[in-house]
Amino acid sequence: MTATDPPRTQAPSLFTRARRRLTWVDSFLWVIRVGAVLLIAWGLIGSIQRFTAGLGPTGSQWRDLLVAAIAFGAMYGLIAIGYSMVYGVLGFINFAHGEVFMSGAFIGYFAATALSNGGLWQSNPIIAMLLTLLVSMATSTFMAVLVERVAYRRLRSSPRLIPLITSIGVSFFLQYSFLGLFGATVRTYPTLPPFMTGNIDILGVPVQRSQLLVIVVAAVAMSGLWQFVTRTKTGRAMRAVAEDKEIAALMGINVDRTIVTTFAVGGAMAGIAGMLYGQLYGVSFFMGFLPGIKAFTAAVLGGIGVIPGAMAGGVLLGLFEGVGPLLILGGLGIASPSQLRDAVAFSALVLVLIFRPSGLFGEAVGAEDRA
Amino acid sequence: MRMLRKGVRTAAIVAAASLVLTACGNGDTADLTDDTEADADATGDEETDDPGDDPDEDAAEAGDLGSVTYQEGEAIQIRSLEAISGDVAFLGIPNQRGTEIAIADYGDVQGFAVELGTPLDDLCSADGGQSAAQTIVSDDTVAGVIGTSCSGAGVPASELISSAGMVMVSASNTNPALTQTPFGTEGENFSEGYYRTAHNDLYQGAAVAEFVYEELGLTQMAAIHDGDPYTDGLTTAFQDAFTELGGEVVVYTAVNKGDTDMVPVLTEVAGENPEGIFVPIFPPEVNRVAEQYVNVEGLEDVVMISADGAQVEGFLEIAEAEGFYFSGPSLQFEGNNNEITDKSATDFLEDYQEQYGEAPSAAFWAHAYDATTLLLQAIDNVAEVGDDGSLTIDRAALRDELYSTSFQGLIGQITCDEFGDCGAGEIQIILHEDSSVTDATQIPVVYTFVPSE
Repeated sequence: MTATDPPRTQAPSLFTRARRRLTWVDSFLWVIRVGAVLLIAWGLIGSIQRFTAGLGPTGSQWRDLLVAAIAFGAMYGLIAIGYSMVYGVLGFINFAHGEVFMSGAFIGYFAATALSNGGLWQSNPIIAMLLTLLVSMATSTFMAVLVERVAYRRLRSSPRLIPLITSIGVSFFLQYSFLGLFGATVRTYPTLPPFMTGNIDILGVPVQRSQLLVIVVAAVAMSGLWQFVTRTKTGRAMRAVAEDKEIAALMGINVDRTIVTTFAVGGAMAGIAGMLYGQLYGVSFFMGFLPGIKAFTAAVLGGIGVIPGAMAGGVLLGLFEGVGPLLILGGLGIASPSQLRDAVAFSALVLVLIFRPSGLFGEAVGAEDRA
Repeated sequence: MRMLRKGVRTAAIVAAASLVLTACGNGDTADLTDDTEADADATGDEETDDPGDDPDEDAAEAGDLGSVTYQEGEAIQIRSLEAISGDVAFLGIPNQRGTEIAIADYGDVQGFAVELGTPLDDLCSADGGQSAAQTIVSDDTVAGVIGTSCSGAGVPASELISSAGMVMVSASNTNPALTQTPFGTEGENFSEGYYRTAHNDLYQGAAVAEFVYEELGLTQMAAIHDGDPYTDGLTTAFQDAFTELGGEVVVYTAVNKGDTDMVPVLTEVAGENPEGIFVPIFPPEVNRVAEQYVNVEGLEDVVMISADGAQVEGFLEIAEAEGFYFSGPSLQFEGNNNEITDKSATDFLEDYQEQYGEAPSAAFWAHAYDATTLLLQAIDNVAEVGDDGSLTIDRAALRDELYSTSFQGLIGQITCDEFGDCGAGEIQIILHEDSSVTDATQIPVVYTFVPSE
């Protein structure tokens, strides 16, 4: 560089004027946005070309994958509700929620095994599975409430970072308590009764019965929860506390009780997810970790604090990570795309947040509401 | 307007600063070149002296790795580095116990006792192998190491132990890159002073390929690994061997450890219409694959083949595992004798049962026993007792001795080649048809592969 360097000091203002309204961060984000869309489009085109050339999975294989991904996502959605609801009322992320899910699945496993040994699982599978579901829900509910009572209640008036870090501690405590109590082996639920395996035709489309079960149970649970939150007095109290704890208290709402209810409801949903997940994929002390992180991702994706957002975020995340690797990365010609499923899931979160920083269903959060 | 002005100001500052920097830079580089020239002159003088020292240094690299000396009354130190905790402890614990029994059977080496020290844990991971190996090499009284259990841990461990001049003999690392791949070529992770009594997975890959191509008549295969050096190495070896025979691996893909939903990867596989899937991964992931593949359209009738990592109760006991083929090293050790200690496999199992109150949970105990006797005999052959009664082991001589050892072990003929592969390469394929049989040695053998070398 020489001493005479006029372009720097007397910058021709054409360039500067054009980007006067555009900050560096904004333009950087736009580059990422456009780049991401182009990359995804490229991958999609690649997959479509392969498909039309008769390569890769057939149409019905893609359809099966889609259904499987929705079923997996429905479980994420059920767990995500717990993250979202707790965030809604207390404004912190309860990282122990994945372990609440795990505990339900675990104790549900013991119930199912006992029922199977007793013969009820075989002779009357529906009742046996309902009992297992109840046990799983009860365990998760109990665990969620217990954690709130022991670990979070005393910290309610402290800065939100403190319960957040506490929740990480609780998460490890629960994980390794289960490891100590029950060992590290992966245990499998008794097999599903014959009428729940194989395919069933829904509007001419064959769907795996186990996946249908997951989707139906999740849909029923979610609509039940929605009714509860919108129609009942307790639900209204929960929304009021989420809006403003102090005013809600002034209106005669028992805030403590409402918070316990929130934990309980979130726990129950996690218990349902736990039983479904455990039934399909087995249980181990570590099973709550990744689904927990994914469900948290789903909750943020849908807009944290918003219940329908958690549900939709879960299903969407399931779709992204189930179909995304093969559809986008496969189309880009990347080898072993399934190994990158977690990367795809978390990239999906980043992308959604780049386009909509408050999540799909979220509202813009004021500075004082942020954790 | 304010922003514009700010921008201009920043640009001005940047321009000014860069001017200053270039000025300084020029001066500096000028100074530097002067310095280096001066240095070059100085070193030039030294270099003329160097040739005299060089031969010594070269010798240090090639031959003289130093030696370890034990005074009278001290014990020869060897170490065990196995996966003795976590999911893979079923593999590492019998290895470690096999080593313990072998040391007891061998007895003293030239009047010196042999001490194993505290067993180290390779955690079946690269991190575990690395940190345990660091512990070992920081103690320069260690003569040799038996380990690791997992190839993933073996890669960093062998590098560290090799550069410390020590030797290690593994009982169960099978990843080809640790010794040779393809045959006759140094593997990517080859280190001098690394030996193994386990088979090289090139053999296992070739065995599966031959079995699939010639016995089953399949030409379109899929391979799934889980990113672990063991599974990745094995599927690669299989792919190479299968392609050479004339078959085609139509899809070569991977899952992650900890994955539960295998439908996406199985859909990817189904899209290429393979006739069989080679999936040499571990439980619990292999369990999920077994449960889910039948429901993926197009995979209902594929032939499933797994490997020795899945030949454990946790997988064999599930109903979905029925119909799986498994490849693995030959497990028929009955009637074999280790000629160094004159111990038979049957005697060994009796000892094991008596000492530890259970049967070994994995089959590499025999390899560990042979590995330990191999190491002890080599030490015995090269160790020299000095005038003061001390025992000196020359590290370079120990390496050379190991590379040329040959004897009859529990697993069969043990002959170390120049890359450190000592084990027999006999591989068996078994067909699992009854999930109530969870002992892999009781499952019928349908194919035996003997290396043609």
